[in-house]
Amino acid sequence: MTLGTLLLAGLFRRRGRTLLTLASIIAAFALFGLLDAVRIVFNAGADNAGLNRLIVTSRLSLIQPLPLSQLPRIQAIEGVDAVAHANWFGGVYQDRRNFFPNLAVSPAEWLAVHPEIRLTPATREKFLNERTAALAGVDLVDRFNWQTGQKIPLEGTIFPNKAGTNTWTFDLVGAMRGDGDTRSNFDGQLLFRYDYFDEGRLRDHGTVGWYVVRVHDPARSNAIAQQIDALFKNSDAETKTQSEKEFNLAFVKQFGDVGMIVSAIMAAVFFTVLLLTANTLSQAMRERIPELAVLKTLGFSNGTVCGLVLGESVLLLLLGGLGGLVAATLLLPALNGKLGAQLPPLSVTPGSWALGLAIMLGIGLLVGLPPALRAMRLRIVDALADR
Amino acid sequence: MQALQQILALTRLSLLSLPQRAGAVSVIVIGIAGVVGVLVSLLAMRDGFQATLGATGRLDEAIVLRAGANAELSSRLTRDDLSVIAAAPGILRDADQRPLVSGEVVVVLNLPKQSTGTDANVELRGIGPEGMTLHRGVTVSAGRAFTPGKRELLAGVGAARQFAGLAIGHTLTLAGEPWTVVGHFSTGDAHESELWADAGVVQSAYRRDGFSSIAVRLTDASAFAAFSAALAGDVRLKVDVQNTRDYYATQSQRLRRLIEVLATAVAIIMAIGATFAALNTMYAAVTVRGREIAILRALGFGAGTIVLAILLEALALALLGGALGGAIAWVVFDNYTVSTLGQNFSQVVFAFQVSWSLVCSALRWALLIGFIGGLLPALHAARLPLPAALRAR
Repeated sequence: MTLGTLLLAGLFRRRGRTLLTLASIIAAFALFGLLDAVRIVFNAGADNAGLNRLIVTSRLSLIQPLPLSQLPRIQAIEGVDAVAHANWFGGVYQDRRNFFPNLAVSPAEWLAVHPEIRLTPATREKFLNERTAALAGVDLVDRFNWQTGQKIPLEGTIFPNKAGTNTWTFDLVGAMRGDGDTRSNFDGQLLFRYDYFDEGRLRDHGTVGWYVVRVHDPARSNAIAQQIDALFKNSDAETKTQSEKEFNLAFVKQFGDVGMIVSAIMAAVFFTVLLLTANTLSQAMRERIPELAVLKTLGFSNGTVCGLVLGESVLLLLLGGLGGLVAATLLLPALNGKLGAQLPPLSVTPGSWALGLAIMLGIGLLVGLPPALRAMRLRIVDALADR
Repeated sequence: MQALQQILALTRLSLLSLPQRAGAVSVIVIGIAGVVGVLVSLLAMRDGFQATLGATGRLDEAIVLRAGANAELSSRLTRDDLSVIAAAPGILRDADQRPLVSGEVVVVLNLPKQSTGTDANVELRGIGPEGMTLHRGVTVSAGRAFTPGKRELLAGVGAARQFAGLAIGHTLTLAGEPWTVVGHFSTGDAHESELWADAGVVQSAYRRDGFSSIAVRLTDASAFAAFSAALAGDVRLKVDVQNTRDYYATQSQRLRRLIEVLATAVAIIMAIGATFAALNTMYAAVTVRGREIAILRALGFGAGTIVLAILLEALALALLGGALGGAIAWVVFDNYTVSTLGQNFSQVVFAFQVSWSLVCSALRWALLIGFIGGLLPALHAARLPLPAALRAR
């Protein structure tokens, strides 16, 4: 009989109790997987932001447009590689509930400052050359079952067009996908060309919502940000330049303290799990004191006995925790369906797995330590005599 | 009758022995307190948000936006639109026979939040001369109202709590010009998260020549149909009309749904976890007391009586946990004020509302968990073969 089988035999000594404890741990970690996915979605922009990108907005507010005439002056600053610009279009596809971000961008520059956008060469070619072209993130294409070449009508909520209606029609030239961790940023967006947009709208010609500036050396981005703001100080359109990370963080923070709420719930959940497992384990150990004494009599060292008890609690947490994360992975698609387009798709990321694993080990050790120490210090004579 | 006496005696017995089993019992109580606490807090958040935005809308107030715009921020109307709309039927008039119509300009500002020090968006609403009368329930709670034509601000009490630098007498720099905060106002609805100023002054500071929306007070709710038909039939106008209740309900729809789905998912998973924890504890309780229960049965207590007594114990513990969770949620979160990004890209300040009906519905969850958690172990205990149970040590 190896130590491993001894461990398992101990764990499943009372099968009913172990299974019930496992089920509670599974529930706790399923919840962890879900909440961590929510947390990650809310922080996504912040973590994925390129270090070498700056966002230039109006100093008055995010919604105040900036004149396009600022672009060559920003471009001329030393250390600036490329400058792209975007307008928030606020278009609605079919129904107001189908919300997704749609932006009018300068096509070549936008792709140049966002090298993490993946698209086929043919798609890129078309987007750069066809005036009415639109690029859709893969999530959107899946959601609405769009085909390349299809016409996509959007109702402009901000911009009526010259035809006297709100309907703008774009030709879908292909799908785009964010590289690696950036998928949540790009996979749910629709991009189209600024020239088509600016020509078609009734007012505000020659203005943009914000600029995205790629700097050559990330170490100089602060200096360049200050340089840009200094350039337009006291002009009609003063600017506020932030790193993309700062910009996204500020935006996320506006949703309120999602992080605080999520951590509060998680703390409540894990406190309960801690209590429950600690109770189960100490109960199990109390019942098994004579057995442990027998093990020691047979020659198992104090360390081994301590390790056995500790191993049992860690194993319990690992089994339950991994089960819980698997459950979360299976549950999230259904939840995404319910949420519709309220949030980018939630999923259990490798980061969550790693964090979850660390928490499992942590709780396992914390909970196992007191009974393990007690088992180690057990005196054979007392234990066998049931004292 | 005898059965009732037996149940009472047994319940008393198990309740009296609770302190000896404090560790195990606390698992049920705290587990259920957690479920109830989290559920109540999340739903209190939803209700508070709902109450703030629901209170904002009225059936006898209308909001006019450019056709196709779905929020004030994306809408633009001209001065001509305002005069055409002011002549429409169904509008309430004040003592001087002026129609209660206000052309409003909405711009979004960056101001640092008190809690984090980081900038967040706040809505600056320029209101017309009739604005203070038109919007319901506006009271200047401190300071005075702004003087038309001057760069003076009236800050909503919600905004004043959430944002730094809105104390009366403070000066802010907006659009490059100094503005003075001259007072605070309360309305009991989402407008409290805004700053108000004179529409004309906001227009000139932000170089706007029109309005974002036009607010109208109607004679009563039934006048809406005539008013909206008149606007729809006027070829000079391209506008959408909604009563403000519908408008604010639509604005808050997304966030409400998000909170609803997440709160339910979280509560269900937590409830499953707590049910297993309760089962575990109650199984342990009947195992420890297996001999005692066997003796009771040998003495003539019926199996049904024993099942009921154990069930009652579980329900009592669940109720205790539920009450504890509800109380914690109430103490910590009732009137807890938060703000989030609402309509117009700006912060809406709202307070959590922990109500009795909310706590009661959460207690139903607690009792359900207690019931399932108690029933199976109780049946198990009542079914054990007597001789074996009596011999167990």
